[in-house]
Amino acid sequence: MAKIAAIIASTHHPFFYRTSTMPVDQRPAFAEEWITKVAAFRETLTTARPDLLVLVGSDHFHQLWLDNMPQFLVGNAPVYDANWYNEEREFGMPKMVLQGNVELSNHILRSGLDLGFDLAFSNELRLDHSVTCPIITLRPQNDLPVVPVYTNIFAPPLPQPERFVALGRALRQIVERWESKLRVAIIGTGHLSLELGGPRQFGPHGPDSEFDRAAVEWIASGDVETALANIDLDMLAKPGNATHGFMDFLLMMGVAGEGAKADYVDSLDLFHTMEAYFTWYPKEA
Amino acid sequence: MSKYLLDKFLYTIDRDPELVERYRTNPVETVTWWEDEYARKLLNCHSGEATTWLAFEEAERLALVNQDYAALFELGAHPFLTLTLFIALFERDYDEPLGFQLAYANALQGWLGRPYPDFSTP
Repeated sequence: MAKIAAIIASTHHPFFYRTSTMPVDQRPAFAEEWITKVAAFRETLTTARPDLLVLVGSDHFHQLWLDNMPQFLVGNAPVYDANWYNEEREFGMPKMVLQGNVELSNHILRSGLDLGFDLAFSNELRLDHSVTCPIITLRPQNDLPVVPVYTNIFAPPLPQPERFVALGRALRQIVERWESKLRVAIIGTGHLSLELGGPRQFGPHGPDSEFDRAAVEWIASGDVETALANIDLDMLAKPGNATHGFMDFLLMMGVAGEGAKADYVDSLDLFHTMEAYFTWYPKEA
Repeated sequence: MSKYLLDKFLYTIDRDPELVERYRTNPVETVTWWEDEYARKLLNCHSGEATTWLAFEEAERLALVNQDYAALFELGAHPFLTLTLFIALFERDYDEPLGFQLAYANALQGWLGRPYPDFSTP
């Protein structure tokens, strides 16, 4: 059976690529600490010696649109082009090509459907920065095949937070039951408090530092129960109008398991949003 | 009320560099053309069929023609779509980094402490 080599959850910040690649003398003051922290976080994946990455993220109205919106979608293609014109325009993101793994895509789809998750699929999926940011931060050589899993955290009605946790639990079980000798890292990115297109956007810190502190503690301690007791779909709009992206962290807490303390925790208070980085190493890996 | 159509405008303009520039420089012509020629296209679909019933309300049309992001926020356009497109339109007009994004936030300060407009569709 496949081994889960690492479980990783983080924020995704599309400005990291530009910040880390600009000439040193032009970098903003916060760049050095950010780059140092990302390099340390990258090491937590490198150490796990993964062969393949499952990448959980959320399309930002690039390919998935309101005329036909899936709640959960698994990429099922041998190759994925990645990043879009407007991400190049706004963030300076590079165009990328990622290799897929159709065998694992098929296994996740078949098993997920049989476990009660009506997963959509795509045979021609262009990925966006929600899944390319962690390639840039954690595996910049982009040398591993990936299976993308998209969630809807953007276009109401959204699935309930509990559903994200349940899908994460199922995803772990599904990958562990895959008949393969490969070492799989499951990596998901979301947000802490975040405001986009609202009065609290682009402030000196994230829009709700109190929520961010609580959320980091929930994730680091694997406290799914307290997290779910403190949030619902309406509440998540209060720390910032794009905070529903926290549900991708909930999914990753489901993958890690109830009470699973993260082996690596770091965060960085940046303008606009707090960055947060978590890695778990399952004991059987 | 046609929040879906507002979002469709923002989405289709934002992903096409020529349309971004056309809307930036000539919003009246672009909105009129778009509503007449583009609004009822089924996206990601073959071109043989079209939707028959989608149209803007006057306040929506006006908000787009005026490139009025505060009005779009109030009308329930998806905040992410508005932000992304409007950064492409106006960021260039500000000298300071994030100058436009902060002006945008400032224009919406009246919403602080109040529930924001519902952007669920349609």
